[in-house]
Amino acid sequence: MTTALPTRLNPFREFDARVWSLAILKGVALPVVGIGMFLLIWHLVSGSIQTSLGQFPGPVQVQEQVKNLYVEFLEEKQREVEFYERQQKRIDARLKVEPDFKAEIRPYTGKPTFVQQIFTSLVTVFSGFFLAALVAIPLGIAIGLSASLYTAVNPVIQLFKPVSPLAWLPLVTMVVSALYTTADGSLPKSFVTSAITVMLCCIWPTVINTAVGVTSVSKDLLNVSCVLRLNWIEHIQKIVLPSAVPMIFTGLRLSLSTAWMVLIAAEMLAQNPGLGKFVWDEFQNGSSNSLGRIMVAVLTIGLIGFLLDRSMLWLQRRVSWDKNAITR
Amino acid sequence: MTEHFSRPLLELSQVSIEFKTPKGLFKALDNVNLKIADGEFVSLIGHSGCGKSTVLNIVAGLLKATSGGVVLDGREVNEPGPERAVVFQNHSLLPWLTAYENVELAVKRVFKGKKTKAEMHEWIEHNLKLVHMEHALHKRPDEISGGMKQRVGIARALAMQPQVLLMDEPFGALDALTRAHLQDSLMEIQRTLKNTVIMITHDVDEAVLLSDRIVMMTNGPSATIGEILKIDLQRPRSRLELADDTHYNHLRHEVLAFLYEKQRKVEDFAQHAKKKNDTNAETQPRLKVVS
Repeated sequence: MTTALPTRLNPFREFDARVWSLAILKGVALPVVGIGMFLLIWHLVSGSIQTSLGQFPGPVQVQEQVKNLYVEFLEEKQREVEFYERQQKRIDARLKVEPDFKAEIRPYTGKPTFVQQIFTSLVTVFSGFFLAALVAIPLGIAIGLSASLYTAVNPVIQLFKPVSPLAWLPLVTMVVSALYTTADGSLPKSFVTSAITVMLCCIWPTVINTAVGVTSVSKDLLNVSCVLRLNWIEHIQKIVLPSAVPMIFTGLRLSLSTAWMVLIAAEMLAQNPGLGKFVWDEFQNGSSNSLGRIMVAVLTIGLIGFLLDRSMLWLQRRVSWDKNAITR
Repeated sequence: MTEHFSRPLLELSQVSIEFKTPKGLFKALDNVNLKIADGEFVSLIGHSGCGKSTVLNIVAGLLKATSGGVVLDGREVNEPGPERAVVFQNHSLLPWLTAYENVELAVKRVFKGKKTKAEMHEWIEHNLKLVHMEHALHKRPDEISGGMKQRVGIARALAMQPQVLLMDEPFGALDALTRAHLQDSLMEIQRTLKNTVIMITHDVDEAVLLSDRIVMMTNGPSATIGEILKIDLQRPRSRLELADDTHYNHLRHEVLAFLYEKQRKVEDFAQHAKKKNDTNAETQPRLKVVS
C-alpha cells in the first residue's frame, strides 16, 4: 500500500499538480487576502476622519493622486523637451546671422517631479550609507579586535546610538555651512547636510555588529592563525574579515533601513529636494489633494524601503559564504 | 620504561601549568616529563579533564607552561609555528575556502619563496591525494562529510611538512566506521612519511593500533604522566588480524586496567562540567548582538 505516507510528505511521488497548485494558491492568496483586508479597513476608517484639508484620503483618492503625479511627471518631461527645443532653435537662428557665436546651453530649471525626488532621495541615502559603512566597518573591526579599545569606545557609542536625526540636523547644517564653502554647485549644501545626518544616525548598527562578528571568530580559527604565524594584516584579511562577513552584512542591512528612515526626516528639515521635501511641501501647500499626495509618498517610502532591504539580502546571499545565516 | 632512542627530537621537561580561576590558582599539570624520538608515534590517553589537550597545546605553543619547558630539535618552544602543525578535533577549516584553498593557505605561508607556484600547486594536490580527497578539491567544508573535513585538516597539517604532527582527538567527532577508515589512512601515510606524531585520544583501540608508545595520564588536578606503555606490535598492523592477537589484547588490557582500575574516575557530572569550564581556555564572545 502506497497510502502509508500522506502524499504531502511522500518524497518519492511524482510531480503532483494538485499539491503544487495548493502551495502556490497559499503563497499568493494569503498575501492578497491580507492586502485586501488592509485596503478595506483603510477605506472604512478614512471615510470617517475629517481634517481641515478635507476627508482623510482613502485608497481611491490615493490611486487618483498616483495618476495625477504620473501625469505631472509626463507633462514636466514634455516641458523640458520643449524648453531644449526652443533653446536650440534660438541658437540655430543666431548662428545663421553670427557664424562664430559660441552657444551656451542653459539647463532646464523646472520644479522637480515626484520621480526625480525619489531619485534624489536614493542618491542621498546611498551617499550617507556608504560614508557610514566606510567608517563603521574599520571601526567595528578595531574595537572587535581590542577589548580595551572596545571598553573605551563603548560608552560613546551607547551615548550617540539613540540620538534622533532631528537633534543632529541643526548642528550638521551649521557645520556644513561653515566648512563647505566651495560653492561650485556640484553638491548642494542641503544634500551634504542630509547625507551626513543619515551617516551619523545609521553608522551604529554596522559598528556594533561588525565588532560582534569580529569578537566571535571561532577559537579554533584563531589557533589556526597562530599556528600558521599569520601577521596581523593577513590575520585580519584571511581569518577575521571573512569570519565576520555575515555579521557585517546583518549590520549593513540594519544600517540601510535606519538610513532610509532617517533620510525622510533629514530631507524635510534640510530642504534637500527628495521625498522628505515633497512631503513637507505638500503639507505646507495645504490643498485638498495634499493628504492624498502625502499618502502616495508614504506608500512609496515603504515600498522603496522594502526593496532596499531585499537588495541587501540579495547582495548578502551573493557575497557571504554563510548561506544559513540568512533566513528572512 | 627504558629508552631505546638515543637523541630525542622533542623533550618536555618538568612541565607544569597553572590557570588563574576566580577561586584561585588551578594547577592543571604537574611535572610532566616526556622524550619523543624522531619518527615516533605517541598517543596521550586519559580521562577527560586530565590535561591531555593542555599538554598538546603547550607543545603547539598555544599555551605557555608556568614552569618547565619544551625543546624541539635543540630549540625551545615558546610560540606556535607551522613546524608543529596541529590537527584540531573539529577540523577548523576556514568555512569560506575550498579544500584546496584551505591547504593552499598553509602551503603559501610555509613555502613562500621556497617553492614556485607550480611546485606549490603540485604539493597541495599531492597532500590532498595522500588523504584521498582528490575528488573534492574544490568543495567547501559545508559540502563534504565530517570524515572528509578531517581528512582535509590532516592534509593541511601534513602540507606544512611539520617536524612534529600534533593531533587533538582527530577522530573523536566521527562515527566508528569513518574513524576506522581514517585510522587506516593515517597508518598508510605514516608508513611512507614516518612523521613524529603526538595524538590525543579517548579510544583505547585507536591508541593501541596506531602508537609506538602510549602515554597514560593520571587524573587532574595536578595531572601528570602515570605510565608509559610500549606497543611492540609488528607493522604494518591490520585491525582484523590484531583482533585475535593475544599480545594485542594484553596491551589493550594494560591500558584499560590503568584507566578503569588505577585511575578510576569518581566524579558527578555537574562537578565535572564545572571543572571543565574553569580550565577551558576558550573565551566567550565579549559582546552580544544588538539590533
